[in-house]
Amino acid sequence: MKRFLAVAAVAGLAVLTAGCGSDAASGKPAAITLVAYDSFPTEKTSLNDALDEFTKSTGIPVKIVIAGDAGTMVTKAKLTAGNPEGDVMWGVDNTLLSSAIDGKVFSKYQPNGANAIDTTLTALAPGHEVTPVDFGDVCINYDIEWFRSHNLQPPGSLDDLTKPEYKDLLVVENPSTSSPGLAFLLATIDNSGDKGWQDYWKALRANGVEVVDGWTTAYDDEFSGAAGSTGSKPLVVSYGSSPPAEVIFADPPRTDAPTAVVDSTCFRQVEFAGVLRGTDHEGEARKLVDFLISSRFQKELPLNLFVYPARTDTTLPAEFTKYSVVPTNPYTMDPAEIAANREQWQDEWTDIVLR
Amino acid sequence: MDRHRAALSRGRPNQVPRWFVALVAAAPVLFVTVFYAWPVATLLWSTLDDAATGSPFRHIAGIVWFTVWQAALSTALTLAVGVLPAYVLARYSFRGRRLLTAATLVPFVLPTVVVGAAFIALLPDSWHGTPRAMIAAHVFFNIAVVVRLVGSMIALIPHDLVGAARTLGASPMKAARLIVLPLLRPALWSAAVVVFLFSFTSFGVAKLLGGPTNPTLEVEIARRATQLGDVAGAAALSVLQLVLLAVVIVWTSRRQRRSSVELQGAAAPRRPRGRSQRRLVVCVCAATVAIIALPMVALVTRSFRVAGDWSMSAWTKLGTTEVRPGAGLGVDPLASIATSLRFAIVAAAIATVVGFLAAAAINASPRAGRVLDAGLMLPLATSAVTIGLGMLITFDTWPVDWRARWWLVPLGHALVAVPFVVRALLGVLRAIPADLRAAAATLGASPIRTWWEVDARAMRRPLLAGVGFSAAISLGEFGATTILTRSGTETLPIAIGRLLGRAGALPQAQAFAMATILLLLTTVLVVASGVHERAGIDA
Amino acid sequence: MLDVIGVSVAFDGRQVLDDLSMHVDRGEVVAVLGASGAGKSTLLRVIAGLLTPDAGRVLLEGVDITDRPSHLRRIGMIFQDEQLFPHLDVAANVGFGPRMSGWPAPRIATRVEELLDVVGLGGFGERRVDRLSGGEKKRVALARSLAPEPALLLLDEPLTGLDRELHDRLIVELHDVLRATGTTAVLVSHDADEAAALASRILYWTDLQPV
Repeated sequence: MKRFLAVAAVAGLAVLTAGCGSDAASGKPAAITLVAYDSFPTEKTSLNDALDEFTKSTGIPVKIVIAGDAGTMVTKAKLTAGNPEGDVMWGVDNTLLSSAIDGKVFSKYQPNGANAIDTTLTALAPGHEVTPVDFGDVCINYDIEWFRSHNLQPPGSLDDLTKPEYKDLLVVENPSTSSPGLAFLLATIDNSGDKGWQDYWKALRANGVEVVDGWTTAYDDEFSGAAGSTGSKPLVVSYGSSPPAEVIFADPPRTDAPTAVVDSTCFRQVEFAGVLRGTDHEGEARKLVDFLISSRFQKELPLNLFVYPARTDTTLPAEFTKYSVVPTNPYTMDPAEIAANREQWQDEWTDIVLR
Repeated sequence: MDRHRAALSRGRPNQVPRWFVALVAAAPVLFVTVFYAWPVATLLWSTLDDAATGSPFRHIAGIVWFTVWQAALSTALTLAVGVLPAYVLARYSFRGRRLLTAATLVPFVLPTVVVGAAFIALLPDSWHGTPRAMIAAHVFFNIAVVVRLVGSMIALIPHDLVGAARTLGASPMKAARLIVLPLLRPALWSAAVVVFLFSFTSFGVAKLLGGPTNPTLEVEIARRATQLGDVAGAAALSVLQLVLLAVVIVWTSRRQRRSSVELQGAAAPRRPRGRSQRRLVVCVCAATVAIIALPMVALVTRSFRVAGDWSMSAWTKLGTTEVRPGAGLGVDPLASIATSLRFAIVAAAIATVVGFLAAAAINASPRAGRVLDAGLMLPLATSAVTIGLGMLITFDTWPVDWRARWWLVPLGHALVAVPFVVRALLGVLRAIPADLRAAAATLGASPIRTWWEVDARAMRRPLLAGVGFSAAISLGEFGATTILTRSGTETLPIAIGRLLGRAGALPQAQAFAMATILLLLTTVLVVASGVHERAGIDA
Repeated sequence: MLDVIGVSVAFDGRQVLDDLSMHVDRGEVVAVLGASGAGKSTLLRVIAGLLTPDAGRVLLEGVDITDRPSHLRRIGMIFQDEQLFPHLDVAANVGFGPRMSGWPAPRIATRVEELLDVVGLGGFGERRVDRLSGGEKKRVALARSLAPEPALLLLDEPLTGLDRELHDRLIVELHDVLRATGTTAVLVSHDADEAAALASRILYWTDLQPV
């Protein structure tokens, strides 16, 4: 009998403490949570130092929660709309934006300093649900050394990828789960047209394309050109800014980029941040969004996330501009068209490539 | 005579009053209604309500067909592989028999993530993502069902019945085919149905071993909900799955002949005599041990290998899943262990309280109790993903805005654990001789007091066993948790699944290390609970 | 025709049969009389081939059958609790032995009918086994064991557990059937009257197995 009561008491205590552990501390300015995708650093980088400065000046601690790859992050946000997992979301991009807005994920806010942002970017979200924070291009990256040692010319266009000399060399991300994956799919649709893209992907599949779930797996694990990778694929869907990253993080240091971009395969990707609807800390969340487009934060973006800052007056680091390429004519697609067809395209792609 | 009968029917002076039973039953009834019946009903309703577009049903025929045939093949293979161990363990007595019988149960109680991870560790790379791998894991997982169900039937067939056939001129093969097999048919059917259902709704194994190219219906439902955000489509597929399962259950229960054969005579296990019998026992036992142990051994071994070299780094680096300086997978393995343990304590607490009240109520009123018993068993028959999905779409508006609450996940675990607690308790309750209660009554105890002193006291040990089982179930739950999980509070199985999704050598090894931890935790809990349960029954 | 020579059987260290020998002539009905649980059933099982002895030999008509499996011995056995096959009807039970011997179907049918008449159960062929009374079950068991024309029949406490009336009736029937078919039989029992009524020779267990 006594032992039974003791067990019951312990269980009751566990219930109480488990609950307490998850509730926010009361009294001080509330800590807020920034929800991001899995390549966003949670500590140690200068990006995180900038966030620490935000905390110091406003007294608001920021906790970063990684929700997975971009597709999963947006899906979770849609499933929890109104009862969000955090207070601010970083990294929903133009390909997934329509889906997130339809899911009523965000609470409208036009941040202070919004006029410093490139107007072509803010035009993509006229309702002010989100604010552009960076942009970049999703392109095919190739391993220079690999192609040189195999005496092969790297592909020059999207269509080249179906050629037999590039068989089994390409790794792409699943457009249902990855935003660069989706961007690449949209580029191919823009390229081959509404009726032709299915055949293009059938050809890619026949040519041995490998599919993985997220960018970090594709780039860090499968791409042969990534530093420290044991991967074997010399062609990967990545960013226009990945070559400079390879130079900057190179150990031992190098002055030439080991990888390069096929700039006729690029799709313009814009990333946004916004306040999540239903947050208990609207005021603090808004302050964070203001900070995310401030010069202090925006100047850390190139060397940490390898994207171009949305804020037009940001000076870019020399190493960044030296090794990166901004394509003059990237593929683009109207957000409304993406909104209307995205799910169907993802489904069709899954049938063609995975089944 | 009539006066006595009238008096007996008038009151129930020695039994626990009805209001007490109702009070005790209230919590379990509420529990299963609010957290199971309502979400499932909402799910069914949503498909009528929402215009679920044609898209989830595109090519669903292919997925359904795959799910059916892999489940059927898994069933056939499991029966084929499991019959000999079932026979040997039921027929022969030898040193280590009880241990081996208990060991066959281990794969069954293991978390599906652990089984999936173990087979990834065991099978060559060329098998990854193929149906072969999934089916092999299903066989491993479900052998226990055959050993238990078919074995318990074999243990009832008298030795002399087979002896009679032998003296009438039947060779051992003929005796097995003409006498033993027909008598086993009902048990074989039961086992087949159970294995089929488990293989059909299998999630952890299907997700990890089937890969994106070979999804089963359950995996597709989860993919729709968590990756595409198409909850309506996922709900529609769930309903399809429920309908298919109902069809299978109805069809097989019709075909299953109720066997009412009376079997008399000694059927107890005997020591093997003679060289051929001994050889049979040794071979079958060795093979069984190999089948059960190999995947586990592979799992533990692979956790010590990183990129082809022996290394402890998977274990030492369990605090983080860093890929580049500062950037990781967003999964903190050690934190996930802590989260899982916390959830397990909460789930076990809920399941034990609800199970305790339910068992008491069921035992007190036979007719209504049967309804409650059946109701509490329903979550076991429903796929885990469906339960999670139902909760997700039901608890999203005020006043039941619970979707984001931390306690929803352990509550889902408790739903699946309660039936086990109830079974353990009912077994003990029904074994209490009525005279014991009568004795208490004649010593002056009121009905409620009697209940407390006799029934509740008897339930103590099985209750502890129930706690252990519930905690083990909670630790390993994967399906419902996948749907309900919130970033930052991943459980151990979720973390393992995430790590296994990475191609890098270190994350893979870390996944195996964490799966090993989960394996140890589950085994300890199940063994400890099993000891308590047996002690409770003997007490 | 049956010789049991020096047979020993031990279970879990307990010596159940110790250097036991006996002889049965053709046409005899030999009763082995002794207390229950002494090991008489074990002896029958060794003779039937259901149990391999640790030592000793069994000879049938001079041929050593110790290592021959049961289904090749042509030795039939009636068990104490009949052990009728519950999933087969009466005719299928009785016809089982002939079926194993490979007899053609018409011959089996004739034999089944014949034997059911002999045991007084004519027309019972299609009955389900679990619907039979105790006496009927015994008779079916008897018919079943005689059907394949065994060289030797073993009976394990054939009439134990029956009520007085049935017992007395069946003793007479069993005696008549055995005599009429000329079956060589060994029966074990703890009932002296039963032994006396059925057997042409009685062996005492205490003689066969001195304590």
